Amino acid sequence: MKKIISFLLIAVFAVSTLAGCSSQAGGSVSTDGSTSMESVIGALGEAFENENSGVKFTYNPTGSGSGITAVAAGRCDIGLSSRALKDEEKANGLTETVLAYDGIAIVVNPENPVSDLDLETIAKIYTGQITNWSEVGGNDGEIVLIGREAGSGTRDGFESITGTEDACKYRQELTATGDVITTVSSNPNAIGYASLASVKDTVKAISVGGVVPTEETVKDGSYAVQRPFVLVTKTDTKLSEVAQKFFDFALSTEANDIITGAGVVPAN
Amino acid sequence: MKNRKQLLETIIHGIFLVLGLITVGCVLIISIYLVISGIPAIREIGLVDFLFGKKWASTAAEPSYGILPFILTSVYGTAGAIVIGVPIGFMTAVYLAKLANPKVKSVVQGAVSLLAGIPSVVYGLVGMLTLVPAIRILFHVPDGASLLAAIIVLAVMILPSIINVSMTALEAVPKEYEDASLALGATPVETYFRVSVPAAKSGIAAAVVLGVGRAIGEAMAIMMVAGNAPNMPSLFQSVRFLTTAVSSEMSYAADGSLQKQALFSIALVLFLFIMLINATLNFFLKRSKEN
Repeated sequence: MKKIISFLLIAVFAVSTLAGCSSQAGGSVSTDGSTSMESVIGALGEAFENENSGVKFTYNPTGSGSGITAVAAGRCDIGLSSRALKDEEKANGLTETVLAYDGIAIVVNPENPVSDLDLETIAKIYTGQITNWSEVGGNDGEIVLIGREAGSGTRDGFESITGTEDACKYRQELTATGDVITTVSSNPNAIGYASLASVKDTVKAISVGGVVPTEETVKDGSYAVQRPFVLVTKTDTKLSEVAQKFFDFALSTEANDIITGAGVVPAN
Repeated sequence: MKNRKQLLETIIHGIFLVLGLITVGCVLIISIYLVISGIPAIREIGLVDFLFGKKWASTAAEPSYGILPFILTSVYGTAGAIVIGVPIGFMTAVYLAKLANPKVKSVVQGAVSLLAGIPSVVYGLVGMLTLVPAIRILFHVPDGASLLAAIIVLAVMILPSIINVSMTALEAVPKEYEDASLALGATPVETYFRVSVPAAKSGIAAAVVLGVGRAIGEAMAIMMVAGNAPNMPSLFQSVRFLTTAVSSEMSYAADGSLQKQALFSIALVLFLFIMLINATLNFFLKRSKEN
């Protein structure tokens, strides 16, 4: 008898722990994806929450690849990607909507006298054909290449724009934009790349082919190192009412100020 | 009345049993999950190519998945941390357990507990901002993020576990042993190193193994100071550990891709390493109990 009772109790407890997983609450928008989009999507989400009381906005910074997977699997409403969708991803039933354009700044230490490189030279530096700053008009010193980890949207963007896919001879592969900035700011011979929005005064963003990275040059396309920020949705599934409202809000002209405030250039 | 008491007793038994089973269940689920998700990639890549391949390029157009650099880096890094950390930790433990006066002891012990409580990301941050530039300037290398920086950070991180466990072992040595040695004319320091330390050696060995376990499983701190390029290990080269190999690429790897599966396989290899270390630890702990 005692055994039966304790067994039943175990069963009850086991079931009750499993019952903890509840379904999604109404009135929420979940986004998931690119870490580079953190500042822009955070600002948009905050503004949206302020305008629509009771709506809960969540952003899960996992990376473009994970965001695309998450929206395809239905784990979030809107996926965030800092690269254009690949053809096979579109074929899998996903749609991209460009939210904004982000310039990728090439950053060096402020002590470094080099302030302009062209795209070709940057590619040569990153593939190891140029290894000393004196070859490009700087001081004598081995160039230290700082990059992001494999799969990062910024790395993907940088490598595809400069045509250096799989060929970069990184000295360091860091997992966050902030780490890249910190590392470059503490090593006079370092060069790195980071989203223009997150560049701080501790590093110097160089001009590429004579064009200084600013909002204007990114928007008019004259600054070469840039990439789209994309909202990813399912082609054949309708967004929930709230999610659709957020989607429209993010692409509306009234959101442009917020997007600009986050340091990227609105697409509309 | 009696029946009710019995029922209460049974209910409490049941609750404890469930709570106990939660822990066991977690271990089982994690082990089974790791094995199931780690095997496919090893099968596809081939065990020898996976474990002894020297090139890791998971996102290249023609990817290669060799984790020998990670395994060697983890082994060298841990060994280096032990070489630096164990003498310091061990001597500190001897000093605290036997020589220090109570005031000094309480201050140092407080500092050690504080060191144990510092989050690993803080170790990483401090290492990144001070240690990495210091190594670059001191050794005249182009960049300081290297195996050496990781070894130093790990050595500091394992100090608390080494100090605490060896100190407990040293304090458990019966006072009679030491009294006998002192009575025979040995100096206090002779007594500590010839009598107390040998008597506590299984406990000290356990401390070292615990340090190895801590060092090999650390990810966050070394991710920030080691550079993370998948090179074969060398003291001043940027390196990637087993742990950082998993954590740096996991968030970006697409579900179901060979890359993600290979990351699980790396985790499986790491898991086996840690199981081995735990088995060693249990062996030493058992022996020190028997003594």
